[in-house]
Amino acid sequence: MLGGPLVVTVSFLYLGLLFALAYWADRRADQGRSVIASPTVYALSLAVYCTAWTYYGSVGRAAAGGAGFLPIYLGPTLAAALWLFFLLKMVRISKTQRITSIADFIASRYGKSHLLGGLVTVIAVVGVLPYIALQLKAVSGSFAILIHYPEVLLPGVAQEQPVWRDTAFYVALLLALFTILFGTRHLDASERHEGLVAAIAFESIVKLLALTAVGVFVTFVLYDGLGDIVRQADLAGHLQPLLKPPGGADIWFSFSLLSALAVVLLPRQFQVAVVENSSERQIRRAVWLFPLYLLLINLFVLPIALVGQLEFAGQNVDADTYVLTLPILHRQEWLALFTYIGGLSAATGMVIVETIALSTMVCNDLVMPGLLRRWRHQPPHTDLSRLLLLIRRSAIFVVLLLGYSYYRLAGEAYALVAIGLISFAAVAQFAPVMIGGLYWRGGTRRGALAGLSAGFLVWIYTLLLPSFAKSGWLPGDFLEHGPFGIELLKPQALFGLGGFDEITHCLFWSLGCNIAAYLIVSSSRLPNAEETTQATRFVDALKHQRPVVAGLWRGSAEVTDLIALTGRFLGEARARREFAEYARRRKLKAGGELPADAETVHFAETLLAGAIGSASARVMVASVAQEEPLGLDEVMDILDEASQIRAYSHELEHKSRQLQRATDELKAVNAKLQELDHLKDDFMSSVTHELRTPLTSIRAFSEILQEDPKIDLAERKRFLAIIVSETERLTRLVNQVLDLAKIESGHADWQSSEVDLCEILGQSIAASEQLILDRGGRLSQRIEVEHASVRADRDRLMQVMLNLLSNAAKFMAAENGSVEVWLQQREDSLLVSVADNGQGIAEALQPMIFEKFRQTAAGSANPMGTGLGLPISREIIEHFGGTLSVKSEPGKGAIFTFMLPASGRPENDTQDEAL
Amino acid sequence: MPRAKLIKQKLVIVFLAGALLLFSPLLSLFDRPVLLFGVPLLHLYLFTVWSALIVAMAWVVRDDSK
Repeated sequence: MLGGPLVVTVSFLYLGLLFALAYWADRRADQGRSVIASPTVYALSLAVYCTAWTYYGSVGRAAAGGAGFLPIYLGPTLAAALWLFFLLKMVRISKTQRITSIADFIASRYGKSHLLGGLVTVIAVVGVLPYIALQLKAVSGSFAILIHYPEVLLPGVAQEQPVWRDTAFYVALLLALFTILFGTRHLDASERHEGLVAAIAFESIVKLLALTAVGVFVTFVLYDGLGDIVRQADLAGHLQPLLKPPGGADIWFSFSLLSALAVVLLPRQFQVAVVENSSERQIRRAVWLFPLYLLLINLFVLPIALVGQLEFAGQNVDADTYVLTLPILHRQEWLALFTYIGGLSAATGMVIVETIALSTMVCNDLVMPGLLRRWRHQPPHTDLSRLLLLIRRSAIFVVLLLGYSYYRLAGEAYALVAIGLISFAAVAQFAPVMIGGLYWRGGTRRGALAGLSAGFLVWIYTLLLPSFAKSGWLPGDFLEHGPFGIELLKPQALFGLGGFDEITHCLFWSLGCNIAAYLIVSSSRLPNAEETTQATRFVDALKHQRPVVAGLWRGSAEVTDLIALTGRFLGEARARREFAEYARRRKLKAGGELPADAETVHFAETLLAGAIGSASARVMVASVAQEEPLGLDEVMDILDEASQIRAYSHELEHKSRQLQRATDELKAVNAKLQELDHLKDDFMSSVTHELRTPLTSIRAFSEILQEDPKIDLAERKRFLAIIVSETERLTRLVNQVLDLAKIESGHADWQSSEVDLCEILGQSIAASEQLILDRGGRLSQRIEVEHASVRADRDRLMQVMLNLLSNAAKFMAAENGSVEVWLQQREDSLLVSVADNGQGIAEALQPMIFEKFRQTAAGSANPMGTGLGLPISREIIEHFGGTLSVKSEPGKGAIFTFMLPASGRPENDTQDEAL
Repeated sequence: MPRAKLIKQKLVIVFLAGALLLFSPLLSLFDRPVLLFGVPLLHLYLFTVWSALIVAMAWVVRDDSK
């Protein structure tokens, strides 16, 4: 039933479906509901890594070397763990600079060099052509096998047919047409191809499903699980060869390294991973989803390889075709067709993305520089966007036809896997300049050129030329004996370094020369201004939110010129729209007309870079703007200033905040000190004043006694009594000053114990009662509490009580004076009040009586007071956690009250429990 | 940002663990022509390590914000 017409029809239908899908995704994107914003779609699009080489070739390699097919997938798995470092950085850089391809990326990093971009393009095209050839071979081969269904017939050698009868030729033409429809609908290469990515993600699903379907059929329908296959293969003697070590450690490592690099550096991988990336969040999902995809697509490789060997034992069937030939052998026509479609998916996905990426590179980095040189003499006609599209489309055709030619010429020299690895080794040459460019400022244009050229030449000599020789294009003589018979220069055992496989050998020499040349040449000269600028933009891409733009360009330009220039490449309408949008963004900050400053020129250049590449964009912008080139010193100054100022200003801000805090603290402390100083002065003057009063009277009476010996005895006694009493007052004063100083400085000797307030009240009343009675007053007490236990110093408390009572005795009314003492309990506190019926204290004076040396009616009214009693009392009460206050109305006496927290009563049950 | 930094550190650890398990002499312990559960030991080992690495990476970058 299967036959040529049906297979062709299904192939076209499948491609049509892809195109419809892409069209639908583009429409969705225009409506703002992008399907490719999903991280899953991004991870699936990365699976364009798995080409026909994986689809058919893995089984072939497993059949030949056991686990040897796995490094190609284990390497990328490990590399994915580091994607959040360098892939993220590449994406960030590419978004801000509108990078369109890996050639553009490298050229841009090393000072926007045309020469470098061109070299990268040449390496990519030469390196990847065999890989494209391989896809064409796979598609035409599988087609040829399928149309012979139900026979298992391997296709003949392509070279024996004329071109017009060769399926691969038509496949190449068809794919070229398809790619042009897909990839060059927009001009701006940095703009994402939403439809394309959606189609690629879909193809990834199809190829995974198809390979899994074959795997399930082979493992669980034909056989009874993997164990069964292994047992039978073991009996037939097919297992042991597959269990031998997978090459040497050298192959294991070098293949993994190669593929870890290729998964980002292959032009198509760079395209989907960096250029088509729509948000940095996608990378996070891809870190595990992409390796998971790789694992799944390799799950059935071993069973298929073993079964192929069992079923086709002794027949001349290429292991690379087992995936397709096993369903055919078992007459599963629909499965065979599905398998073929899966292979078609794998091949077309790769070819489409790869040629789009290459065509962008060829257009921007090979053709544009030539055109720009011509336009220098002869200005171009106005709208160049059509010309650019034409160049890209032609490039797609040319690349595919070159791929086809390679396929025709290289023929059957190599199995599929070998061809893929040749391409991997070519793009691995980008690794040193890429990684160095991302993390090392010292790399220069010359260094990059030297490294890439050295690596590329060694690659040609050790891998490409031998592959030509094996295909019969070159005499095999130089492989065997070295060029001109010089054994040391044998391409696959350079300088006698043999014993490796060819890939490891090439990788060692090419990457070795590449890195050495890159480092040595870069280090021989300082980077120039342009290189330094770009190095900063790349190396510091993740550091600043905004790269340093202003200040790195100086000159003059006209906005109208810039719009006209971009319009020539992007189309008039599009350019006006972009500039209007930009002006709107800028005006949020500035206002007024769009200034033709460094930022605007930079915007125009990036806009242009999206269409024609950064190097060409730079040349074009320079043609309309009069730039004053900055010297290296100036650039270094600006960059140094910019980055150092940023660092310093952070530090300064921090320091100044600290200083501000310290200053505030110091100010507060100083204010307090000044206040204390002031208080001290007051205190000193009060003390001296208080001391002088008794001294004056002592001196006066002493002088009288000394000068006049005739004073009678009675008078003499009176004078002496005054002197004695004044001396006592002086002593008391000095004691109290000392006491207060001790309390305030915290050196006082406190003895805390449970004290019964009632007892203290009783004793103090007994001590003062006589004084009050002497003055004609009476004393009453009201004690409302039985046990009034507080925690305090007994003597000190006594001192307070005596002070309050003597004050009351002093100030009570001269006639019918009375003093009353209360003891009350209020919640957890004990209140002791001492009231007199004297003239009272005016409200304004009340707070002052607790200050030192303040006496209500000045010293004269209180000959016995020192002015320190109340301050000392207050200090004592506060020390034990209480308060001392006064309540008074003029003419109605004063009530002094102190409150102390009641402590647990001694010999109380609850207290015992608490203990 | 500190969380992103932590994720990166963990990924480096996963990378180093993978490099150790897949590219060190440890591999030779499993590189023997024997079958385990009816499957060649080396394949079983490689696919197990591979799955473990994927699970570890998925766990490290998981989105806690939801």
